Amino acid sequence: MRDGVEGTVTPIVDIEDVTFGYGDANALEDVSLRIEEGEFLGLIGPNGSGKTTLLHLMLGLREPDSGSITLFGEPAHEFEAGERIGYVGQRAADRGDAMPVTVRETVLMGRFARAGHARLTDHDREVTAEAMETVGVEDLAERRVSALSGGQRQRVFIARALASEADILALDEPTVGIDADSRDRFYNLLDELNAAGMTIVLIEHDIGVLTKHVDTVACINVELYHHGDTVSFLESDALTDAYGRASGILAHNHP
Amino acid sequence: MSTDRHTEADPQLDGEPTEDTRSGRAPWIREGAELVGIGLVGTLAVGMLAFIALDWLRAAPGAIGSLAGSWFAGVLTLGAWADFYLGTNVFRHPFVWRAAATGVLIGIVGPVVGAFLVHRQMALIGETLAHTAFAGVAFGMLFVALGAGLAGGAVALFGSSGTLLLVALVVSAASALGLQWLTDRTDSYGDVPIAIVLTGSFAVGTLVISWSRDFVAIAIDIEDFLFGSLAIVTATGARLVAVLSVVVVALVIYNYKQFLFITFDERAAHVARLNVDRYNALLIVMTATVVVGAMQILGVILVAGLLVIPVAAASQVARSFRETLYLSVLVGQVAVLGGLAVSIGASLPPGGSIIVIAIAIYLVAVAASDRSTSLSMH
Repeated sequence: MRDGVEGTVTPIVDIEDVTFGYGDANALEDVSLRIEEGEFLGLIGPNGSGKTTLLHLMLGLREPDSGSITLFGEPAHEFEAGERIGYVGQRAADRGDAMPVTVRETVLMGRFARAGHARLTDHDREVTAEAMETVGVEDLAERRVSALSGGQRQRVFIARALASEADILALDEPTVGIDADSRDRFYNLLDELNAAGMTIVLIEHDIGVLTKHVDTVACINVELYHHGDTVSFLESDALTDAYGRASGILAHNHP
Repeated sequence: MSTDRHTEADPQLDGEPTEDTRSGRAPWIREGAELVGIGLVGTLAVGMLAFIALDWLRAAPGAIGSLAGSWFAGVLTLGAWADFYLGTNVFRHPFVWRAAATGVLIGIVGPVVGAFLVHRQMALIGETLAHTAFAGVAFGMLFVALGAGLAGGAVALFGSSGTLLLVALVVSAASALGLQWLTDRTDSYGDVPIAIVLTGSFAVGTLVISWSRDFVAIAIDIEDFLFGSLAIVTATGARLVAVLSVVVVALVIYNYKQFLFITFDERAAHVARLNVDRYNALLIVMTATVVVGAMQILGVILVAGLLVIPVAAASQVARSFRETLYLSVLVGQVAVLGGLAVSIGASLPPGGSIIVIAIAIYLVAVAASDRSTSLSMH
């Protein structure tokens, strides 16, 4: 447990000099990053830049080749309290299209990590109902997930994370293939959750979205090009450096 | 900044159909009917388990043996009376009861296990494991023919047909774990490894059988294992299915949440710290056991159908995963009992009869539902 600049508060995630590769090439090199409680962090970078890998390392799904990652103060790979982590992947990652599962059954899955093999209790069902209300899908509770729109479905997965009573929410490009209105509603929901104290890590392509909603931005392309608040990020050269000068991205001074 | 907490039902925005408007009737009628059906199936299954237990206990010494024996004879007498009234010559024979008992039980565990396979591109796993079981049967015949040592002991304990099934079970379960290992390395249930194992094990099986035909005197016809047969279900075979069914159902009940979560969203389950590899391995070994048990009646070639088709039919009309499980068990029962009736009545192979009825039910389910029929295997 390190004492950071802020005093004796343990960061939720502490990444120190992490290097990780699949085979020969390194996906991540010497990345160091801390996420404080209640922070809303955006991860951005070109395709194949290691953002998803970094997220998986943070969540303990993989171990770094060198360096260390702690999650809630423990080495991420050894962290066992899975119910404290909420995860929302890309829209196509689940079997919702094919499997006949209802919204309620999906959100209930958030309680499984806590319940283990025991039967679910009334408390589990209450928490599930509250989670569905918070994201606004309680009217859809008995609908099959496959019958929902993309935006509704992703909100169901947030409800699942809330039902899990997670302390950190990790999202990997959650709004791919979702229409603009649903996307706005989705990110407004994230803002609300963050305002209520949820720590959020978000991988997102759309720079406009990212800078409008997150507190801090980490720009990654194998290495970490910038980690700081959104204003300084936009003013820096991090984007052009990370994406390469040939890509010609302009950083506007959007408010 | 508007935050609409309450969603309007807006799937029409994406042009998707609304489904819930069609059931004006009280949903509890539907749920009640399903629960009654499951209750009936459960009662039937318990009855069949009891019959198999009697069949086993008759050979026990002392009072238990004679009591079991008299009850067993009582069942057959009831069967004889049923024959008398119906003008048939069916229910007085023990082998029919054993086949029916086996059928009822696999009609439950087949769909139950299949529900967790079908949606993960694992439907072919059942077929593959059936082919490895076939190779297992071939090796089992060699093993039995050895006659000495371990083989002799096994035959004395389980009978030659029972030993065949046990060897098939071991081979199939080992192949299952091997396939799982291969999949973990390649991160998908690829077509190529499956095709290789599927054809390779069948090839090895046929070679072993041909080669051993000269010097091994086997009283069992391999074709019965290929296509299924009622007569091939011995007392030991039925007992094996009984034990496996109880174990599989217990495992599914105990691990229902874990299996559901991993089937639906494996990565999120991994994040939540469920031991995904262990549950996948368990599921695949359970599939191997169900396949070996069901192989007797359905035959190696058709056994995968009982894993897949009832679940496919149920998925067309079910409104939740739980309902899918219930309905697929009901469909499995109707298919098995109907298929056995047709098979006995018209002297047709049981495997084909069961599968054809299952497919007929599936087609009715497709027609009855207004969902798209693509049970995408992704």
